[in-house]
Amino acid sequence: MIKELRALRIFFTGVGGQGTLLATRFVGQAALEENLPVLMAEIHGMAQRGGVVESSVVLGSAASPTIADGEADIVIAFEPLEAARALPKCNSKTVVITSTTPIPPFTVTVGQSAYPELDALYKMIETHVASLIRVDANELANSVSAERSSNVIMIGVLAGTGILPVSKTSFEQALRQILPERLLEPNQRAFDAGYGFGAQFGS
Amino acid sequence: MHELLIPQTNRPQFLLGNEAIVRGALESGVCVVAAYPGTPSSEIIDRFSQLGDEAGVYVEYSVNEKVSMEVACAAAICGVRSLCSMKHVGLNVAADAFMTLAYVGVKAGMVIVVADDPSLHSSQNEQDSRYYAKISGVPMLEPSTPEEAHRMTMEAFRISEKFGTPCLLRTTTRVNHCRGPVRVGPIPPAKGFQGEFKKDPFNLVVIPAVGRKLRLALLERTRKLLGESEASPLNFTSGKGDLGIITSGISYLHVRDALLSMGLEDKVKILKLGFTNPQPKALINEFLSGVNKALVVEELEPFLEEAVKISAQESKLPVEIAGKGTGLIPLAFELDPVKVKSAIGAFLAKGYEQPKVYAAPELPQRPPNLCPGCPHRATYYSVKKVFGEEAIYPTDIGCYTLGVLPPLKIADFLICMGSGVSTAGGFSKVLDRQVVAFIGDSTFFHAGIPGLVNAVSNGHKFLLVILDNGTTAMTGHQPHPGVELTAKGRIEPKVSLEKLVRGCGVNLVATINPLQVKKSQAVLEDFKNKIKEAGVAVIISKSPCPLFETRMLKKKKKIVFRTDESKSCADCKKCLTELGCPAFYVESSGGVEHVLINDSLCSGCSVCSQICDSITPRKIS
Repeated sequence: MIKELRALRIFFTGVGGQGTLLATRFVGQAALEENLPVLMAEIHGMAQRGGVVESSVVLGSAASPTIADGEADIVIAFEPLEAARALPKCNSKTVVITSTTPIPPFTVTVGQSAYPELDALYKMIETHVASLIRVDANELANSVSAERSSNVIMIGVLAGTGILPVSKTSFEQALRQILPERLLEPNQRAFDAGYGFGAQFGS
Repeated sequence: MHELLIPQTNRPQFLLGNEAIVRGALESGVCVVAAYPGTPSSEIIDRFSQLGDEAGVYVEYSVNEKVSMEVACAAAICGVRSLCSMKHVGLNVAADAFMTLAYVGVKAGMVIVVADDPSLHSSQNEQDSRYYAKISGVPMLEPSTPEEAHRMTMEAFRISEKFGTPCLLRTTTRVNHCRGPVRVGPIPPAKGFQGEFKKDPFNLVVIPAVGRKLRLALLERTRKLLGESEASPLNFTSGKGDLGIITSGISYLHVRDALLSMGLEDKVKILKLGFTNPQPKALINEFLSGVNKALVVEELEPFLEEAVKISAQESKLPVEIAGKGTGLIPLAFELDPVKVKSAIGAFLAKGYEQPKVYAAPELPQRPPNLCPGCPHRATYYSVKKVFGEEAIYPTDIGCYTLGVLPPLKIADFLICMGSGVSTAGGFSKVLDRQVVAFIGDSTFFHAGIPGLVNAVSNGHKFLLVILDNGTTAMTGHQPHPGVELTAKGRIEPKVSLEKLVRGCGVNLVATINPLQVKKSQAVLEDFKNKIKEAGVAVIISKSPCPLFETRMLKKKKKIVFRTDESKSCADCKKCLTELGCPAFYVESSGGVEHVLINDSLCSGCSVCSQICDSITPRKIS
């Protein structure tokens, strides 16, 4: 049976190569395991050449996979500058979860512009949204020897907060659905590490 | 087993719109599939290519969309179900075949998928391909979700075969790249793709006399298709009230979201159209008769809105029709639930307060960039060194179009696939400046060859640089006729670029490796002096896409390059201002500026070390 749920919109943003789309698919698949109505939107193509990658998952009664400005309930940012860039998607009730490891864009590395000061960046986001959860996803990934799974750490945090009506079991089931056997173990560790971190923000 | 071949299950599969189309075609017994990749349609041909052998389906990457449509239509003429897919601008390339194929028709189901790209996520324009259905008289279906994409693909095959016409399945980026649950059905056992051809030249060879007869038959078929559209369950109404909304495709989903969140589900009646050519006039009239006023919600051009207005006028219905004409629905770019809510709010004169949107402050941009080690960057660097700022640089469509960005800034004109070659000739006729055109290998096979033959025969004067990275990189590394690297190792190319170029009548031809900077510049200098005499010259700048090479040959990098940190870069930084590899970054320590190279990004291509003495290789374990 498909469950009923009010619309819940999750916006994902990251940099090409960070595994943003896989993470998005992970959340979508977990919602499907939970029998929730779910749609996902991805933008493929030119964005992959080191540019910004955006995607979305909408759950429940939402019919459109597109998240309009001001309509994201949750923002998952795999990079802090991209969390700030996603601010137009947020409203005062939005929960933002961001990785704290900057990936300076080329415009910054060559000195054409400056990477914003992180504390100021976080403060600016915090004043506009309900809460900002900062995750040192790279550090957490390293701590469980899953260096390449920062993206799964972030989804673990999302799952741990309990904001989504999706059980831990459904997430674990989804991970097995989307990953080949050989990649499963480190990603399960990453998910658990993220989940534990996220749980401290749960209500 | 490929995941799209998994037998019917009780649980829905989580499919991309494009995958749902593939599955729908497989369930319809498709046997021949041909396409040239193009975002947002590429996953259709890519998935077919992955599963073709296993499923017993003939799958080919054709050199362009016109060719793919012709290959697929020949199959359908022989009674073999076929499909071709393309992006919106691909249908322009295939339009010549398309318009007359509509006259000739097919013997077995043939589905043409055309994927529009509102908001130009990965395209040069946002044309509305629905008009192609109208001017050709070909039936068209428009899905809103992956689930519908699956079902409508099957319906498209049925309609195509029943009426003996190809059927368009028109999608937009948000449908192609939306992933959602799809309940799949059984796939019939593979029949093989042997067809039967019955000679029938006076119906299949379109000389004018045949064309006249077929034109009348087409009009008759369109009349019958109208009946099919009027009765189709793909067009349906929902809700109640004396206000009406007429919509299709992804816009239908935005409308549903908008009505739900505005609490208007029970006050507005919706006519959702899935069979959008021929447009079901009687159904539209019936709908209009039951409402006081109607809002048409669609992306891009007022395609449905015009039909609705015509219907109302012909039936003398005194109903107010709003949409693009009244400025409520924008013409440009994608719609979203908030845009639709604003339009509905204004239409109903009901206050709707848009969410307060925080403008993000000025942030550093993150434009896409040529990858570290990309040979295109090396080619551009050398060409710029030799031909300078004064030359005109027509370019073409592919990753290499990114050469337009600083610091390379080496792109002056672009309209479509192949335009780099032909416009170079035109520029050379009216300008007294040197012209150097760029085109990628796959794009050259797609649309560059006629332009080159034309240039030779008409005495144009320019240098064409074919950027040969051995793959169709931009759309995801699809093969083309000149491919040498494959998953099974290196092969002799089926079509040699150099022989092809010589065969086009070009005498001054050279192949260079752009990663060898000095040698490349020497050839460019030589050619620069000879173009005045030679007319057209071609340099094939050949070096594999590093991403593709790594994937095909499982090559591990053995060296990276580092700068000499004892020297200050403050007075130079030419590696940044002229080459601009994304592996470079600037760091200041003790008041001294250094350019450093990120080990993990460096591909070891060595180009930077050839332009700066303080950059040297380091072995890595």
